[in-house]
Amino acid sequence: MRQYSKLEQRLLNDFQHDLPLSAAPYADLARQLGVYETTILENLQRLQTEGVISRVGPVFRPNRVGVSTLAAMAVPADELESVAAIVNDFAEVNHNYERDHHFNLWFVVIAPDDKNLQAVLEAIEQRSGYPMLDLPMQDDYFIDLGFELKWT
Amino acid sequence: MDMNLVDLSFEKSLIEVMSHGLPLVKRPYALIAEQIDSTEEQVLKGIKRIILRGDVKRFGVVVHHRELGYRANGMVVWDIPDARVAELGHCIGHYSFVTLCYQRPRRLPEWRYNLFSMIHGHDRGAVIEQVNYIVEQCGLYEIAHEILFSGRCFKQRGAKYVRQQLDKPNYHYGMAANE
Repeated sequence: MRQYSKLEQRLLNDFQHDLPLSAAPYADLARQLGVYETTILENLQRLQTEGVISRVGPVFRPNRVGVSTLAAMAVPADELESVAAIVNDFAEVNHNYERDHHFNLWFVVIAPDDKNLQAVLEAIEQRSGYPMLDLPMQDDYFIDLGFELKWT
Repeated sequence: MDMNLVDLSFEKSLIEVMSHGLPLVKRPYALIAEQIDSTEEQVLKGIKRIILRGDVKRFGVVVHHRELGYRANGMVVWDIPDARVAELGHCIGHYSFVTLCYQRPRRLPEWRYNLFSMIHGHDRGAVIEQVNYIVEQCGLYEIAHEILFSGRCFKQRGAKYVRQQLDKPNYHYGMAANE
């Protein structure tokens, strides 16, 4: 990880929520930070190119647009990569991670509605040959205020 | 013409485009308007309407934790008595280092845990420290929990809703709330 300038640190930390909803939001940021609008844009573009910023914009609430679930599978270690590849083949799958546990493959499945979601889950079980835990969100206790970065 | 139908398809297009983030240009909403055949003013109105409805958790810079040196990611799962899930869920979910806190169903006998939280740290030790802090602060000494650290990432984002209708394009939504 490289060193980040004071401006970069503020861009990364201070604007994770409540970005001004104006026609020229980056000009508003520039005014707040006392720099040129083009400087803001150059910095954000660079941080995005480097993969530090995923994007600038809205984080939508889960299940407000479409439905999703978290699925878990217990797969023998020597088959994990091949099963993960089968799971990845489904366009409806994102965030497919290995985790240190008996249930060692965790992925999120999204679909436009419940019927489609169930069909995809069944198809994944059939193609992978392993049963899964279907763990849909029931309640959300997370207030997303952004992530407070600690600079060392 | 049915205005509701028109609005719905406009909102869908708007959400689809916005889920990829605002373009990094001086007039981002004008550029989005061009992409969905609308106007800058309509786009701004539309996103404000979606926010007022409560469908947006936050609006701003979305960072990748891993790239910023937060290499350890622990999914902490808790077995909480049903009557106390909301109370303890709110306690766990309000710390700034917790990035998700969802109630999910138990699947007995294989899976006993009903509350899932995500914690990012510079290393595993930092995550464990933060879990201990939560146990202390929320009084979770009697609550069974496990930390499932992430290993290999096989896929991140890129999921899309596959629609049945053939007359509409596939919509690609960023499921940011799960990141």
